[in-house]
Amino acid sequence: MDWTAFALSLKLAAWTTVLLVPFGMWLARYLAFRRHRTSGVIEALIALPLMLPPTVLGYYLLVSLGGNSPVGKLWTALFGHGLVFTFHGLLVASLLVNLPFAVQPIQRALESLPPDVREAAWVSGLTPLQTFWRVELPLAWPGVLSAFVLTFAHTMGEFGVVLMIGGSIPGETRTAALAIYDRVQTFDQSSAGVMSAALVLVSIVAIAIAYGATGRIGHRRG
Amino acid sequence: MDSPSLHVALQQRGPIPLDVHFTCAAGRTVALIGPSGAGKTTILRSIAGLYWPATAHIICNGSVWLDTRDGTARAPHDRRTGLVFQSYALFPHLSARDNVAIALAHLPRAARATAADTYLARVGLSGAGSRRPSSLSGGEQQRVALARALAREPDVLLLDEPFSAIDRPTRRRLHADLAALKSELRAPIILVTHDIEEALALADDVVVIERGSVVHAGTVQGIKSGFVSDRLRALLDLPEPAS
Repeated sequence: MDWTAFALSLKLAAWTTVLLVPFGMWLARYLAFRRHRTSGVIEALIALPLMLPPTVLGYYLLVSLGGNSPVGKLWTALFGHGLVFTFHGLLVASLLVNLPFAVQPIQRALESLPPDVREAAWVSGLTPLQTFWRVELPLAWPGVLSAFVLTFAHTMGEFGVVLMIGGSIPGETRTAALAIYDRVQTFDQSSAGVMSAALVLVSIVAIAIAYGATGRIGHRRG
Repeated sequence: MDSPSLHVALQQRGPIPLDVHFTCAAGRTVALIGPSGAGKTTILRSIAGLYWPATAHIICNGSVWLDTRDGTARAPHDRRTGLVFQSYALFPHLSARDNVAIALAHLPRAARATAADTYLARVGLSGAGSRRPSSLSGGEQQRVALARALAREPDVLLLDEPFSAIDRPTRRRLHADLAALKSELRAPIILVTHDIEEALALADDVVVIERGSVVHAGTVQGIKSGFVSDRLRALLDLPEPAS
């Protein structure tokens, strides 16, 4: 069992979730309530990571974040080292790849709210921000929880993009999924098996939390 | 004579045609009546700040809520309207007490629960404070929605077909309750309905809307007296006068 790789996966998943879900919440709210001509294009771009092969996505990220790219040059100028093949590069890639998992569940949950409930909140004297905290968020909470869980679980299991953008540098970019692949390559089936089982366990716990909480909140709402 | 408390003038060609002008004095009730799709709810939503017509001028108690000529526009939460939605629009995750308390932000936090119970008692729902909307009947939900609208201490009370989804006996009881409430409330009341009997029972004045335009404005007494045009009689489905 490669505990370093497992801890790195947990760290990557935690940072991705903490940074991405609040942004996803803002974007989901914009898309759910402010229909604009560009909304369809934005939704299509958000869904793109679901359609593209991870290696293709990883390739383009490698090109656009690499040392010769404007982003890569800016990063190097600011921090003195490149972005690709580092944990930060991995995190940037992870934030982009997981966008659909952070946005779509919250957007669907917000879209399912009856419009007059939000309007009733405004007419009752609540500002849009108060309406978000006291009405929208409590009612769309199952979607927010799903976004947390899906983003976390998907980051834990991400392979293609992580391999392309991070390589497999021990302690820096070698995640649990990459470590499993490396162990299989070296015929270390028992370690690969233990780590795979650990990832399965994480996924099951995440799904149980999501479904359990969604069911309880759904029952409370009813 | 009361001075006008609410002045509404709305105009636009589309997408919902509007050409409406009316006033409502404090303590009086104006019924907006007309067929479905006439624009009645849009007028109510405009007063509440939930819809902005192309050209509009809305003044309540001397304060400009919306004036499209100079760009004055108060947000819905800044207008102090009590609106009872057709669907009631209760917050499903909150108890009846909290549904009412949410409109009591003008009171100290510690006083809100007690005040909410008082408003619930006022609409005949004593003891129902801890119940969720899903466990309330249609009539009870309507009462919670009314209590919430009153809790706002509104400058204008707006009722959007509030009795349309309620059975006839309950409706009659609620009509009686609203009539009693009118005498206590010193605010203009705008009632949207397509039921002429309801308008005649609850309102002081009637504004008849057809395709977004006012086709008749007058008192309930005027209609009850029977001196109405044939067109208005047909539009409101009034009985023929006895010959």
